[in-house]
Parts: sequence; structure tokens; C-alpha cells
Amino acid sequence: MKCPEQIIEFMHEYLDEEIDTESEIILKKHLQDCKECEQLFYELKKTEALVQGFSKIRTPDDFTENVLSRLPKEKRKIGFQRWMRNHPILTAASLFFIMMVGSLFSTWNQDHEFSVSKRNNLIVQNNTVIVPKGKVVNGDIVVRNGKLKIEGEVKGDVTVINGQKYLASAGHVTGEIKEVNEVFDWLWYYMKKTVKDIFNVLKPDRSKENKPQQ
Amino acid sequence: MEASVRNLVKQVKKGDQNAFGEIVEIYKDSLYQVCYRILGNRQEAEDAAQEAFIRAYVNINSFNIELKFSTWIFRIATNLCIDRIRRKKPDFYLDAEVSGTQGLTMYSQIASEDPLTEARVESMELQDTIQKEILKLPEKYRIAIVLKYIEDLSLNEISEILDLPLGTVKTRIHRGRDLLRKQLQHV
Ligand SMILES: [Zn+2]
Repeated sequence: MKCPEQIIEFMHEYLDEEIDTESEIILKKHLQDCKECEQLFYELKKTEALVQGFSKIRTPDDFTENVLSRLPKEKRKIGFQRWMRNHPILTAASLFFIMMVGSLFSTWNQDHEFSVSKRNNLIVQNNTVIVPKGKVVNGDIVVRNGKLKIEGEVKGDVTVINGQKYLASAGHVTGEIKEVNEVFDWLWYYMKKTVKDIFNVLKPDRSKENKPQQ
Repeated sequence: MEASVRNLVKQVKKGDQNAFGEIVEIYKDSLYQVCYRILGNRQEAEDAAQEAFIRAYVNINSFNIELKFSTWIFRIATNLCIDRIRRKKPDFYLDAEVSGTQGLTMYSQIASEDPLTEARVESMELQDTIQKEILKLPEKYRIAIVLKYIEDLSLNEISEILDLPLGTVKTRIHRGRDLLRKQLQHV
């Protein structure tokens, strides 16, 4: 029996699910009449089934790791930005830590030296600062590594770091009096100060971070 | 999924390798599977698939974000497979690793938890046979057949991956299918 030329073409169209109804009718009719083509069609479908029946081969476990290890080095800036994005709290904490340590070291160095806020009416003798009797000092006084004698009046806060304060009975301070001598007091003093600084620094950054990502 | 991949690609374009790792996780199984069926060798398949991802990363800026990433990565991978086939002598391929004990260890990794039953061994032998016959196909038919039947891709997607007219892809599938039919006639 002579088979129409298109029949094999129709078989492939059928398998590719691209056959139109008309062709499909022609194909089916021919397959009923032609043992040869029926066998061929059966073999094609069997081939398809065999190839589709493959088991999945397991991808090696370290595949992704190996790919990433072979990539050219990432720009450091990106890695840091991503780290900050993924760890906002750690970023704030470490930034805080860096700045605190930095300021501690720089102030530690300064702190071996005697220093005092410059105010009118203050008398400095060696490492002792005196607010003379009957005089008024306007503004805060900070004394480091020295003594402070208050015999007159201070209109403001008084802070003595690593030193001593002597307030004469006639002396008077309108503001807060702080003595920072112990190491922990001293640390606490700086932490409070640094936290304030950090929050001021972080505010604009955080608003940037929270921007919705496209 | 394409939308989330698009976002990852944007991150990768900025140089983010973690984002690229996520892309690799999404496509590695498909890519490895296709490379394995085209090349017939686990090591070759792993090398080709890894190389494809590395090339994708290096050339990520030339990737048009409007395209499907899968099309692009399959194109890179199939081109690398073609290179590998052409570099090898065809004879070397036919019996390499597909048959014998290496084949068994290979299939035993498919599901190592259950014991090797007789039916499974038989099925493995059958799969070995089919794989061998696929490797005998000329590369242009082999790749089209693998993309269609292993990855279950549409003819349109295959034509995009291979950058060939749809008609050419159809012809290759038909020829490949008919050659394979003759080779598997007595299975
Ligand atoms: Zn016929």
C-alpha cells in the first residue's frame, strides 16, 4: 500500500501537539488501515516515553559552593553594603563600638594632661582650679586631672574628671555637679556622650536604608 | 518566578555574589540534568554547568533583563556542551562511563535510601541503553531532543535558546526522534 507523503509529518505534528483537527482525522484513518504506519507510530511514541522516563540525576551537593568559589572576587564595597543591609542592628552596634573605642583612645591620651574650661574669673594654680571667693563664673566648668576649689559661685554645671572637687561652705553651684573618678564612671560618661553622637549620625542613614527596594 | 529572578539579576549587576548564588540554586538542577544527558558523563556535565554559570556571572551586564534568564543560561550551557562534544573524539563518548559499574554507582545515587531491587537494576540498564543511543545522535539533534524531553521545553523556547528559526527546530526534533526510534526499535 502506498502511504500519503504527509502521514509521517502528521505523526510528528501529533507528537509535538501541533496537529490540526483535519490532519489528525486523516492520520487516524490511515493508521487504522495501514499496519506499517501503525507500527512506526507506535515506535515513535515508545521512543518518546523511553526518553521521558529518565530518572533525575542528583546534582552534586557542593555545586553552588563550587560555582561561587570560582567567581572573580567581589568588590569589597558591595560586600560591606550587603552586610549592613542584612544586619542593621549589628551595623549600628559595631559603628557605635568603633566610634566609642576611637573616642576612648583619643580622650585617654588627652586625659593624662590637666585641662580646664576657659572661663572668666577662674584662677589656675598648678593643677588646681579656683573659683575665688565673691566671684561669679558664668558657664559650665570641666576639669580633667586636677582639683577644683569652689569658694565663689558657678552659674552652670561642674564636672571633675580624675580629680577632686572641694566646695567651700560659701561656695555655690547653680547647675549639676558631677565627679567622674572611677574607671566605670568615666566609661559611662563617654558612652552616654557617644550614644548621643551616634544617634545623630545614624538618623539620616537609617532613613535611607528603609527606602523600599525596587 | 521570573520577576524574582529579575530582581536577583539586578543585584548581581551591582556585583552581589550572594544574589548570584540564589540564581544558581534555582537553575542548577535543570542545567546539570540537561548537560548530563547531552554529554553522558557526570564530571563533564558538572564542569559544563559550572562554566555556564560563571560565564553568565562574568557577562551579566550583557544580559537583557527583558529576556527570560532561563533562556539565556540554557543558551550558554548548550553552546559549552557543543564545544565539549567537538573537542572530543566521538568514539570516546560512546562507551565512556555510561555502561558498567560506573553507571551503577551513578544510578545508585538517584535514590540511595532504598535497596537496589531487581526491577531497579533492570530500569538502570534500560536507562543506560537509552542514554547511549542519545549520545549516538549528531549533536544538533541530540541537543534539541534533550531540551524537549528532559527539560520539557516548548518548541518556541528551544528556538530561542538555540537562536534558530522555529521551522529548523521542528526539523531537528523530527529527525532526532526518528533516528532514536530506529536505534531503540528492539528495546
Ligand atoms: Zn501507511
